[in-house]
Amino acid sequence: MADDLYRLTMHDAAALLRQKQVSSVELTRAAFERIRSVEPAVHAFITQTEELAMSQAAAADATLAAGHGTPLTGIPAAIKDVISTKGVRTTAGSKILAPFVPVYDANVITLLKEAGFVMVGKTNQDEFAMGSSGENSAYGATHNPWALDRVPGGSSSGSAATVASGMAYWSLGTDTGGSVRQPASLCGVVGLKPTYGRVSRFGLIAFGSSLDQIGPFARSVRDVATVFQTIAGPDQRDSTSAPVDVPDFGAQMGDSVRGLRVGIPSEYFVDGMDPTVRDAVEGAIMRLEDMGAEIDSEVSLPSTGHAVSVYYIIAPSEASANLARFDGVKYGYSYQDGESMWENMERTRQHGFGEEVKRRIMIGTYALSAGYYDAYYLKAQQVRTLIRREFDAAFKDHDVLVAPVSPTPAFKLGEKTDDPLQMYLNDVCTIPVSIAGLPAISVPCGFATAPDGTRLPIGLQIIARPFDEATLFRAAHAYEQATDWHREFPPL
Amino acid sequence: MALTPDEVRHIARLARLGLTDEDVAKFSGQLSSILDYFEALRHVDTEGVPPTAYAFDLRNVMRDDEPTPSSAPEDVLANAPAREGEYFRVRAILEE
Repeated sequence: MADDLYRLTMHDAAALLRQKQVSSVELTRAAFERIRSVEPAVHAFITQTEELAMSQAAAADATLAAGHGTPLTGIPAAIKDVISTKGVRTTAGSKILAPFVPVYDANVITLLKEAGFVMVGKTNQDEFAMGSSGENSAYGATHNPWALDRVPGGSSSGSAATVASGMAYWSLGTDTGGSVRQPASLCGVVGLKPTYGRVSRFGLIAFGSSLDQIGPFARSVRDVATVFQTIAGPDQRDSTSAPVDVPDFGAQMGDSVRGLRVGIPSEYFVDGMDPTVRDAVEGAIMRLEDMGAEIDSEVSLPSTGHAVSVYYIIAPSEASANLARFDGVKYGYSYQDGESMWENMERTRQHGFGEEVKRRIMIGTYALSAGYYDAYYLKAQQVRTLIRREFDAAFKDHDVLVAPVSPTPAFKLGEKTDDPLQMYLNDVCTIPVSIAGLPAISVPCGFATAPDGTRLPIGLQIIARPFDEATLFRAAHAYEQATDWHREFPPL
Repeated sequence: MALTPDEVRHIARLARLGLTDEDVAKFSGQLSSILDYFEALRHVDTEGVPPTAYAFDLRNVMRDDEPTPSSAPEDVLANAPAREGEYFRVRAILEE
């Protein structure tokens, strides 16, 4: 059994802990054995925290021995490096934060520590969460555990890859335009983007403040719901965290989808979509129908085609403001040898930021600059309203919407790095949901086969009304339990 | 919508972002094609449509005005690239 500990779901590992068949120290040791075995090929971590993890595991064992603890107590997990961890270096995937050690924990970390989690490390990511492939990290690209010559998706590349390859039972990522759902899809794990405002952003290094949300990855819907239950809720330190009650998100898990009204937005089946993705998603929809869901294939969200433009105006605009704080004065990398304060600042940002971050700062600065604000930023915010209204209308008579996550399975490392616009179009199915602030989940729904015979995971996106994650979990859990896709493990 | 190298330099200056000449050449091409892609938005009828800044209508969130401890100066300065006493140290801002 000990050899296979890393393959368990979080709930199965937690059950073994409670039955005293295994200790947290043993689980954590097994996680680091797995890390030593596969991390050299996957490169999912920026920082490993073995010493901290072993001491957290010992503390968790004491808690459990006293008969206390939560479902997360003693379970090894990984945290995206854009989330502040007190005393543990936090880089956001950027060279500009290479020396940065936070002096406080993000709110989610405070909650997870109270729950007794074990942190094995901080995961690799696209710099400041800007990217769809993981290749924009200043610390090297993460490789897809299913196909090491391919991308794991991004920006939460390492968080998806650690869970897919058994280096952690669950992880946290962040999703601004698809950065949890898309890598979950490409790595064959479950990933949730919560409703905007559901999870406090306090201590999350900001990218697009009106869009950013922290969300969990795991190898089952139930595990994702359990982590989400722990991190959700209002927080005084984030004035955009929603002052709404947190229900029991698992309450409907186990309910069938009989009678669930499922809408299929036709605009999400885009030109250029990989036929195997289309087949897998259509197969999943038929499966849901067999299970008793009411499928409506006539749903239209006509402004979908404008969402990528809206997003790549709004998110970079917000980013250009958020990233103004990296001036080489207060923290992080600092160029000190210039002739003047201004030169030091410009050189700090020139050497500290990578190319994609610079590109987005440039787009955002342009869109907000005098003479262009109305044509770009204001226009994008107005079209954002139209996109929201179309979702509101669709949810009048549907409980969930179902769509692809990514139009293609994992692509080759280096394949799209020279064409930023092509890279942005990867996010066409996830971005509209982010713009509207809605909750959505990616669940495994099949595999494509690469020309060399490698199997590449495909995810199904389920989208719900604001703050109705419980219905998401109901639908996703029912589908997952009716299929075997989530049981597959990469041949590492 | 083609961005000239001078426009790229102007935007970079607004953002206090140092760019090499190669960066400027690369970005003027790439940013121009991205702006071209945005052009389609111009044709969307948004007459009378209010802008969305946040997805949900959040009102001001109020809390009781009770003092709580603030960050300790040592914490605030812990990551300072250069400091002098309890201050961040920078090059002179005002030149003679």
